[in-house]
Amino acid sequence: MEIVKLFNALPGAVSQGLIWGLMAIGVYITYRILDTSDLTVDGSIATGGAVAAILIINGWNVWAALLAAFVAGMIAGFVTGMFHTCFGIPAILSGILTQLALYSINLRILGNKANVALSVNKYNLLVSSRNARSLALNNPILILALFTIGLIALLYWFFGTELGASLRATGANRNMSRAQGINTDKNVVLSLMLANGIVSLAGALLAQFQGFADVSMGRGAIVIGLAAVIIGEVVFSKVFLNFGLKLLAVSIGAILYYCVIQVVLWLGLNTNDLKLLTALVVAIFLATPHWRAKYMAKKKGGA
Amino acid sequence: MLKINHIAKTFNPGLITEKTALVDVDLHLNPGDFATVIGGNGAGKSTMLNAVAGVFPVDKGSIEIDGVDVTHLPEYKRAKYLGRVFQDPMTGTAASMQIEENMALAMRRGKKRGLRWGISSMEREMYREQLHTLGLGLEDRMQSKVGLLSGGQRQALTLLMATLRTPKLLLLDEHTAALDPKTAAKVLELSDRIIREQKLTALMITHNMQDAIDLGNRLIMMHEGRIVVDVSGEEKKKLTRNDLLGLFEQAAGQQLNSDKLLLS
Repeated sequence: MEIVKLFNALPGAVSQGLIWGLMAIGVYITYRILDTSDLTVDGSIATGGAVAAILIINGWNVWAALLAAFVAGMIAGFVTGMFHTCFGIPAILSGILTQLALYSINLRILGNKANVALSVNKYNLLVSSRNARSLALNNPILILALFTIGLIALLYWFFGTELGASLRATGANRNMSRAQGINTDKNVVLSLMLANGIVSLAGALLAQFQGFADVSMGRGAIVIGLAAVIIGEVVFSKVFLNFGLKLLAVSIGAILYYCVIQVVLWLGLNTNDLKLLTALVVAIFLATPHWRAKYMAKKKGGA
Repeated sequence: MLKINHIAKTFNPGLITEKTALVDVDLHLNPGDFATVIGGNGAGKSTMLNAVAGVFPVDKGSIEIDGVDVTHLPEYKRAKYLGRVFQDPMTGTAASMQIEENMALAMRRGKKRGLRWGISSMEREMYREQLHTLGLGLEDRMQSKVGLLSGGQRQALTLLMATLRTPKLLLLDEHTAALDPKTAAKVLELSDRIIREQKLTALMITHNMQDAIDLGNRLIMMHEGRIVVDVSGEEKKKLTRNDLLGLFEQAAGQQLNSDKLLLS
């Protein structure tokens, strides 16, 4: 257990946290703003990775590939939104259906292969794990931090506009929203598109960072996204009240998550047990408010 | 202003839970009419209001607001013509949003919502003045989340939001029923004042027979999915609770369980 090993691994963990932080911001839009659990993300993050990888391999500019990944994610969100609003399927089930369908679609995008290599030696990539410890402008931590700040600024602006405010209202109170003339169905679809676009974008960055796109790279993504959202809230809920800062808290939550993972791996945890550990941690965090409310009620009743 | 032409509504047709809520409702309101609506539980009062608001489609008949046939318009499109206040104070506002944000949402009812900033400083001044008229001190808490307000404050705010853009028709669905008597009286007085000042056409459901008699220029009583009493003008002014009970017995052809109708 050399501490040097841990320090060497941390820049990579921070970069990964930043990428998953972007993804978690997408989750925040559905989970917190729209008040819906959207499971499409497990599929749409892989879609983003697949689309970007294939396009870059075919000679596309990396920025154009990112944009294409964003659009692909929006289409996935649109499908889930239609399942939910037009077909009347519950939101969670709608997401699961799209996610399942995306598995086949992602395989097609990858040319019927489970994974496709995307080497930084061959292609001009925006971020790569190889540069995680470099002290130059190609350091992924720097690029991803700028990316995150840019995205937060854009979302801060968007959710402050008339349309963005109507999206927030839709999440807060659908009856009230309709009474105020807001097309809540349209807004639900729009939120799912925006969220999955962002998730897919994170997938495109992840594929570049790790040097490959994999059809199962999104397995459990929703849980990691939720972990980031919840860790961010637990740590910063008292200090970060502004909307932009709340989004920042999500990103920091993801970084903390990956740093903690790195530490437990360094302490000797088997990599195969990671998902189990993640699920347990998220379950405990999700249960905390419930338990706290129960405890408070008991205390109140007893007094 | 409002024309309800022989509408009917049955929920869950063909199922064991089938319930005919409206048998045949026909009602015309003139501009400036303030009609109070009373009736026992299950008489169809709320169903009628919700049918007008477009919460669900009707099985039969048509609904016109200010000459526009809205029968097939979805709820969010009808909102352009309507101001609504609900029984549950939680329903009319977005708890996680600020007071001024809620008002800005209401200000854009019936307008296209684009990428302009959600609230302007000019609006803010107007909201401050409007909130001041409520006399609740909300003008100093415009950035507070609505979830922090009491039920009475939320209903007063909802009322303000419903009338921020003058509606063709104001729908009040027992909007004081969930409040304590003192607050209820205040919100009711405020409703009456706003309706008079803006000369609104309004439909107000109440469980309180005295309120139904005291307020408005028209009184409608419903029973088993029909309107059974409709009095207005001088006749309504002279109306007493006993008259009303008599009218109901006559129309419904049965003894009225007054305890059920009268909560106070």
